[in-house]
Amino acid sequence: MDFLRPTTWADALAAKAERPEATPIQGGTDVMVEINLDKGRPAALLDLNPVAELRDWSSEDGWLRIGAGVSYTRLIDELGDRLPGLAQASRTVGSPQIRNRGTVAGNLGAASPAGDSHPPLLASDALVEAESVRGSRLIPIGEFYLGVKRNALEPDELIRAVRVPYADGPQYFSKIGTRNAMVIAVCSFAVALHPSRRGVGTGIGSAAPTPRRAPEAEEFLAGELDWDGRTAVPDETARRFGELVARAASPIDDVRGTRDYRVHALAVMARRTLGWAWTEYRGI
Amino acid sequence: MADIRMRVNGSIEKLDVEPRVSLLDALREHLGLTGTKKGCDQGACGACTVLADGERIVSCLALAVQYADRDITTIEGVTSPLQRSFVRHDGFQCGYCTSGQICSAVGMLTEHAAGAPSAVTGDLATMEIELTAEEIRERMSGNLCRCGAYNGIVAAIEEGIR
Repeated sequence: MDFLRPTTWADALAAKAERPEATPIQGGTDVMVEINLDKGRPAALLDLNPVAELRDWSSEDGWLRIGAGVSYTRLIDELGDRLPGLAQASRTVGSPQIRNRGTVAGNLGAASPAGDSHPPLLASDALVEAESVRGSRLIPIGEFYLGVKRNALEPDELIRAVRVPYADGPQYFSKIGTRNAMVIAVCSFAVALHPSRRGVGTGIGSAAPTPRRAPEAEEFLAGELDWDGRTAVPDETARRFGELVARAASPIDDVRGTRDYRVHALAVMARRTLGWAWTEYRGI
Repeated sequence: MADIRMRVNGSIEKLDVEPRVSLLDALREHLGLTGTKKGCDQGACGACTVLADGERIVSCLALAVQYADRDITTIEGVTSPLQRSFVRHDGFQCGYCTSGQICSAVGMLTEHAAGAPSAVTGDLATMEIELTAEEIRERMSGNLCRCGAYNGIVAAIEEGIR
């Protein structure tokens, strides 16, 4: 197994172009599990830790550009106020030790349907900044996940950054697991309210081959919410929202949970996160 | 093979390891520092927790070559009042998780001192987060103790911070 250690972003892109089969490694918290359990040894590892540019984040026009090397711990500490949904999900990733090393970009690279960052990224219409020696492009998050552990990156592309708009309303995340730490989500859900455009964003995790949104649920809820009067959400509306979220999923039975449980739990999480978000919006 | 240098518990160590060797295996097998334990080898148990430049990480999910020229502290290099309080409060039974628990607690206290919130912190704006038993349990949730000495561990950490 070769170990490639570029020290600049340009060198990293050149290395990936030359060795497209190389697996990028940042915190290592996902890649190393596969190596330790001998589930497959990559032909080469491309260590992105020495690339200093990736450790920065910046802010422009209401968007944050989070470098691929920013750890969950730093995201929570430094960006939690502007990205509450992603920060909440980040606080549930792995364990404190894992959060010190793991990154959102790593979660995207791995593209596991159970990754915790995916639902809030979907709910807030994030963009993935992919780059290769051929150039740079922005991939809308909804087009990024292609299948179980498959994403839209070309073989010569690396993730440079994730771009997420500042929260323009309440955002909440919920996940089900058997332990506080180190849980691979049985299923998870994120909601974001966008009062400026009277819209609703959703993200479902671990309940389909890829993380996905629940477009019908979003459209329904956006039309039902009393954005101006801020009156309470009728139980019937919340229940229907939960149903539509659950209907958007296509979960399977596996070691972590059954299909039926996931469908049920998603509806509960959808109602619950909506309750939290609307309470915050009403300012009570 | 890769020739690297690493500062471990204050002394510069030379290592000649294959790129696939984890930091945990490098410490245990190459440097003979067996205080750091291998539990699950997949990041779930926390027994292999060490400090990298003061930050707690699980050494099983770290490649040794990624930590070239970094400063690693293992339990052999820790001197903390926590060690006595773990003994006083029976913060263990078999002891296998203890070195990871203590390294993790040392890192946790540094994070807390820097104002880092946890998943159970209510008011995120507050600068002075009180380390209640609930906060300690959440912040130590990356370390399992299969003997179930959690009450002793929490008590030891509570005493250690007083």
